[in-house]
Amino acid sequence: MFDIGILTAVTLNGLTVGAIYALGALGLTLIYGVLHIINFAHGSTLMMALYACFFLHQRAGVDPYTALLIVPPAFFVLGYGLQRYLIAPLGFGKDINVLLVTLGISIILDNLALYLWTSNTRNIDIPQAQVFIEMGVTSLALPKLIGVVASIVVGLLFWLLMTQTDLGKAIRAVARERRGARIVGISVDHIFAMSFGIGTACIAVAACLLIPTYYVTPKVGDGFVLIAFTTVVLGGMGSFIGALVGGLFLGVVEAWSGLWLGESLGQIGVFIIFILVLLFKPNGLFGQRST
Amino acid sequence: MSEDKRNPTSVNQPRRRLLQVVGATGAASALGFPSVSFGQASTRTVKIGMIQPMTGMFAYNGAQGMVGAKLAADEINAAGGIRSMGGAKIELVIGDSQSKPEAAVSEVDKLSEQGISCFVGGYASGLALTATQASARNKVPFLVDGAVSDQITGRGLYGVFRLAPGFKQITDVALQNLSTINDATGKQVKTVALVFEDGAFGSGLAKTLAGELPKRGFEIVESIGFPTPTRDFTNIGLKLRSSKPDLIIPSCYLNEYVLLARSIHQNKVPKKAIYSVIGGGASNMKFVREFNAAAQGIMDCNHWIDPRKARSQRLVSTLDAAKVDLTYEVLLNYSNVLLAIDAIEKAGSGDREKINQALLNSTFDGHVMPYGPTKFVNGQNEGARPINTQIQGMKVEVVFPAEYATAKMIFPVPLG
Amino acid sequence: MTNMKRQTQVMLVLILALAVIPLFVSSKFWMGFWVMLLFHALIGQSWNILGGYGGQTSYGHAVFFGTGAYVTAVMQTHFGFNAWAAALVAIGAGGGVGLFIGALSFRYGLRGSYFALVTLAFAEVFRVIVNSWDFTGSGFGMLLALKPGLANMQFADRQLFFYLILVLTIIATGVALWLESSRFGAHLVAIRENEDAAKALGINTFKVKLRAIAISAALAATGGVFYMQYFLFVDSHIGYGPSMSISALLVPLIGGPGTVLGPFIGALSLGVLSEVTKHTMGETPGANLMAYGVLLLIVLRFLPNGLMGLFRGRS
Repeated sequence: MFDIGILTAVTLNGLTVGAIYALGALGLTLIYGVLHIINFAHGSTLMMALYACFFLHQRAGVDPYTALLIVPPAFFVLGYGLQRYLIAPLGFGKDINVLLVTLGISIILDNLALYLWTSNTRNIDIPQAQVFIEMGVTSLALPKLIGVVASIVVGLLFWLLMTQTDLGKAIRAVARERRGARIVGISVDHIFAMSFGIGTACIAVAACLLIPTYYVTPKVGDGFVLIAFTTVVLGGMGSFIGALVGGLFLGVVEAWSGLWLGESLGQIGVFIIFILVLLFKPNGLFGQRST
Repeated sequence: MSEDKRNPTSVNQPRRRLLQVVGATGAASALGFPSVSFGQASTRTVKIGMIQPMTGMFAYNGAQGMVGAKLAADEINAAGGIRSMGGAKIELVIGDSQSKPEAAVSEVDKLSEQGISCFVGGYASGLALTATQASARNKVPFLVDGAVSDQITGRGLYGVFRLAPGFKQITDVALQNLSTINDATGKQVKTVALVFEDGAFGSGLAKTLAGELPKRGFEIVESIGFPTPTRDFTNIGLKLRSSKPDLIIPSCYLNEYVLLARSIHQNKVPKKAIYSVIGGGASNMKFVREFNAAAQGIMDCNHWIDPRKARSQRLVSTLDAAKVDLTYEVLLNYSNVLLAIDAIEKAGSGDREKINQALLNSTFDGHVMPYGPTKFVNGQNEGARPINTQIQGMKVEVVFPAEYATAKMIFPVPLG
Repeated sequence: MTNMKRQTQVMLVLILALAVIPLFVSSKFWMGFWVMLLFHALIGQSWNILGGYGGQTSYGHAVFFGTGAYVTAVMQTHFGFNAWAAALVAIGAGGGVGLFIGALSFRYGLRGSYFALVTLAFAEVFRVIVNSWDFTGSGFGMLLALKPGLANMQFADRQLFFYLILVLTIIATGVALWLESSRFGAHLVAIRENEDAAKALGINTFKVKLRAIAISAALAATGGVFYMQYFLFVDSHIGYGPSMSISALLVPLIGGPGTVLGPFIGALSLGVLSEVTKHTMGETPGANLMAYGVLLLIVLRFLPNGLMGLFRGRS
């Protein structure tokens, strides 16, 4: 039906798109794995990070790759503060309340952006976006390849963090057994906030890598929320390898179902996978045993 | 589950409080808070209600529409206001539809009770359809701006007018122009690819085009719908590259249009031309500025100004100076507010029925659109039509029909 | 049982108060406000049955609402059904979708966040399908012809719509009251508190949950039917998009989940909040919604059990 050329090209492109999904999911899966909260403000955070990259470029001439040194750390702090001083106190530890709090935060952020920066679409154009790497049947824009490499690097960094550092061990301890961790002297509130902060920083990394080939508006995050959740569930909530593999896999699924069913109907490809995974393998491909 | 033990109040008192709140809201609504003025406008100001999506997914379009509307109102006010009413000023009252029909209806009802003489706006077909139902019930005229659904006019509703063309008019003209252009340049375009957003206007246009194009000798080799928003157009670019259409016809909103055009350019899709029908970015200066290379040669058949009119040129320079992009929402709302003001002028009052009558008999030519004087039949302006533009260099030129052209058309477009 | 009696008393007073509103309100805008308020209370109550009493949070309640709206539109437009007959089919269809999703989800043991996400996924699947299918109007959506008349369930006078939605809301409230006093309701709440313990006690949790989701879905579909008759228009975003899903959960959660009055209080407060912020800050886009979000957080800070927390000394 489709010649192998197109299929390969589409698959390769799907992988590059999936890399961005993976990055977003890495943050979300850490937040879910440790705090057990579904962060409704995920898309809004991505949008804010995109604006940060945009303004850094427009006002200070900083390109998005250099911004990787600025925006993620800043968003780490933002995330830490949000969790420690807003979500935790207002959430009272109940899942439902936390959901509403993150929903409230997303409403505030979306409209803050609209109020401050209007609804005009912002674009940046960097020289790297015009560079194309030939790969036989197709040519891929350089920023996309950078995205793939970056997501693997970030995934590795995550793994190192989680397995080789004390912080990582503390995070894993809290994720597995909250009360026990507290008993051995780990400040659970601090760990929660650290996790949320790291997760938010991840989203900021995704934003830096996304902006050369995309755009910013106050509503830009909406389109990423559902796919991020799907990636997290597919990969297994709390698994970083899962988020990486899941993201790449979904990027390809999305590309194939778009090819086969058309871009509109093809959207169900991702959601059907989502439903099937939820029903038959809710722990995802790599998830831990459910608590 | 943690309990909230901080509010140990006596049980009966708060229950009374609930009923008090219900009662208070009920009283407020009986008194008509927040609407205060009953009846029509005073002789000092005439109010026009702008039903625009200022928040939600169409926030950009609503904001642009208000720019046009404000320019028109300010212009007339500066020139002395409504002469037939002794210099009464025009006041625009914004009703944010939040890109949702419920809010559009609510705002129409609210503003109808605040002495609005008529409405302008809608923007999206779903919003316009429901808003006009409400305005008709309230017997207030409603001038629809950009919404193209053919069902907006012709429902027999009171006071619904559309200055700009609907689906049918747009596709008829777009196809006719395409055939004429193609015939005049040696019939080089034979195969067509349709790329459209899967919402109301995109899929409607695509369906009509799909039916009509074969009748004019074109072969449709590809028909690609995509959702708004779409994150990545590489796949679509690849599909287009492999089906090698002579002509690509995109119909979508601004952001997707930009991504699509960039993808076509980057994937080096061989084509003879891009001929949009209501292409969101194709006649947008922002696109021309920011992605000039990808924009070269793109043609659009869309709402556009009549470049010959002095008023149009003044509008363009005002927008330039204010650094606001000229988009169709600006022109349509500018023209519609001028039309409304003309009707108020002819009616000599802010009375809704008089304005309705004035619109029914209107022969207004003070707008900036290439339509000639208005003539509304069943609410639709008969002379309405889109015209063809093309991006050449750093400008959006009008290229067809010849009497409006500001530059010579380049068709087909040499592969760049 | 005195709690039940008290709640019934309050409900009766409330209903009486609501029923006389049209006698005092002449403004179309305010009539519309009350209609939409009750509409949101209905949707909220439908969510409340499953999420408040049953503890099964759904993030995609629009899937039931949209089915109600679309099916009634399709029945009238494509099959020439009378509006009332179409409504019955639509409500049945909504319940059917509830059974389908419930059977799948509960059979495979989905709980908590997993269940919530699966409802969201189903809503999205339905949204994409109706948007791509000509039969359901594809991108354009479904439009009902304007034909006021009792037989068409369309009323020129908005007050009649008000009474219609009032009746529907009363029915939904009746269901909630029934939950408060019936064995089924007790089982449902037991499942919410501790599903495994409930199972150990011999409760057929699968059947109870299935019944709850079917009832919840049918009620939401009823809201969908009303919406269609009132606005005469629905598209994939309105019907199956996140907006209605968020309203469905926000209303009862803010008002007080698992209570009969919660959805009313939630709908009232959110409605008033929305109008107040629009009135005071409507000029600059975004400002009023930001205020809405901030006020939402403030309510969560001080009333974590919803506004019903103001009215109860204990949980």
